[in-house]
Amino acid sequence: MTLVLDRLSRRFTKFAALDDVSLQMAPGEFLALLGPSGSGKTTLLRILAGLDYPDEGSVTQAGRDFLAASARERNVGLVFQHYALFRHLTVRENVAFGLRVRPRRRRPARAQIREQVERLLKRVQLEELGDRYPSQLSGGQRQRVALARALAVEPELLLLDEPFGALDAQVRVTLRRWLRELHEELRLTTVFVTHDQEEALELADRIAVMNRGRIEQVGTPQAIYQDPATPFVCEFIGRTNRIPLVRHAHGWGVGSWALAIDPWDGRHRHGVAYVRPEHLALSVPDGQPAWEARVRHVYLAGSVAHLDLHVTDIDLVLEADVASEDLGRSGLAPGASLRVAPARIVAFPCDDDGSRAVIRDRCSWVQPDRQ
Amino acid sequence: MSAARISRNAGTGQWLGHAAIIVLASVFLGVFLLLPLASVFVEAFRQGAHAYLASLHQPEALAAIRLTLLVAAIAVPLNLVFGVAAAWAMTRFEFRGKAALGALIDLPFSVSPVISGLVYVLLFGAQGWFGPWLAVRGVKIIFAVPGLVLATVFITLPFVARELIPLMQAQGSEEEEAARILGANGWQMFFRVTLPNIRWALLYGVLLCNARAMGEFGAVSVVSGHIRGLTTTMPLEVEMRYNEYDYVGAFAIASLLALLALLTMAVKTFLEWRYSAEIAAHAPGGH
Repeated sequence: MTLVLDRLSRRFTKFAALDDVSLQMAPGEFLALLGPSGSGKTTLLRILAGLDYPDEGSVTQAGRDFLAASARERNVGLVFQHYALFRHLTVRENVAFGLRVRPRRRRPARAQIREQVERLLKRVQLEELGDRYPSQLSGGQRQRVALARALAVEPELLLLDEPFGALDAQVRVTLRRWLRELHEELRLTTVFVTHDQEEALELADRIAVMNRGRIEQVGTPQAIYQDPATPFVCEFIGRTNRIPLVRHAHGWGVGSWALAIDPWDGRHRHGVAYVRPEHLALSVPDGQPAWEARVRHVYLAGSVAHLDLHVTDIDLVLEADVASEDLGRSGLAPGASLRVAPARIVAFPCDDDGSRAVIRDRCSWVQPDRQ
Repeated sequence: MSAARISRNAGTGQWLGHAAIIVLASVFLGVFLLLPLASVFVEAFRQGAHAYLASLHQPEALAAIRLTLLVAAIAVPLNLVFGVAAAWAMTRFEFRGKAALGALIDLPFSVSPVISGLVYVLLFGAQGWFGPWLAVRGVKIIFAVPGLVLATVFITLPFVARELIPLMQAQGSEEEEAARILGANGWQMFFRVTLPNIRWALLYGVLLCNARAMGEFGAVSVVSGHIRGLTTTMPLEVEMRYNEYDYVGAFAIASLLALLALLTMAVKTFLEWRYSAEIAAHAPGGH
């Protein structure tokens, strides 16, 4: 059943944690709530879990009021950021908890509970550790216990709060892949909160990018990365160059680079363009508009090299990415001069005092021969 | 070689310093704690074990012991329930006046016990606010057992709550939230998650609460009326016997209270040693 979140708002004394948030979740979907801390993503998760309630707005499922049910009747699974395992119970008892507290008529028989717990422990690859206490487990193992405990009640909705936040980098990547496989197997509607864009981009079917209690953009990882809808998404997802623009007589540009088009038909005078490091053309032929730039630093990062380029006539430092093996061929060493130009941009005009971007007038441009 | 000798010399100097401090502390403890404690037992047995046992066998002594146990048996469970409820409210909810409640829980520690007793006399005594109303209905609170219980409950009110609040604050409410989401009702959450997490701190708090409930003198003295065999608890009986120059009798009962203190201390030390991580390091004052 599709879960429909409609115009949710939640205010705390000092700030609005959620501000008019609407979102839909399809059955079986793996959705990421991505945003910096304080963006409202955890509040949204807690509302879905029944641990918090919105001041305004509704959540419905097939026309039924989802918020009317209390946390214990809602049949959701929640994995807390710090797992919240019951410290006085063994792994087995933790996993069995949700089944044991059921009212007698819905409670499975003792043997059945034991069997189901064993099955879940096997699924999370912890069948050897059933008699341990949470304090005797590593972070990754605790996380899998928390997941098994949440899955034991056969939830319709699985919620994960920063599921990899407390793990070290190597475990994180392994667990991420494993969780994705598990999702493919179970097809459980899953929402997870993260501030780590890499995690969201790799795991989720769809991402909702949140900022200051609002959803900035919802879309597939591909769409979020390639087609960011707002300046915030441009800057928050991936790396990007922010370039101020001004209107010329025949178009828009800055310094010696300009486009001979005006997507805003003379309505604006200032704007801002976002260019990804991999979308900077580095050896533009003489006839085409470009900036003269000088290579300041070259950072080798495995297969990719990051360049710091200083554009002298507008005094701006740009980041560019090239394949490491192309470095030598193009003579890209510190001190080298080259002609650079954006090959693909997302641009927003700014309102007249030049400070706020006008999001509804967003436009994207791709250099014609690159299309 | 010479470097080693120098360092050993420095070590000797240091050792002397440590020894001096240890001796000083031991002498201090001996004079102010062990000597008085020993004197209690010495005085109690001055006329032999027979006199000791006989003085404990007097009906007034037995009545005082019974009354003390009764008062503690009522006051301690009441404060157990109150302490858990107050700690729960203080650590799990946000509400107006939370800081005021925190200060109020500490009030019995900051007020002289005599004042605590007097307040109840002012409220329920013959000339008190509710005294006449109660007298008409034949309810006797002051100079009777209910007054003793009230005063004791008041005096021992902070012990359990003060022990639990820092612990429950540190543990947070996530495990309880997890239990709710897994389908536990309120009682299941409390008995299966909250209580196991606080059990040792709770026991520790109850222990201190009990020791104080049995040993309280000031507040109880004001509301008791000192009616022999009816409203005298053990500490009051000690005082009355002492004033009547019955030293063996006074110290015999005092020895029981001293034994209670030793027992409490032993159990407390054991709990601290065994479950130190689960008991908040912060112990309540005003003892």
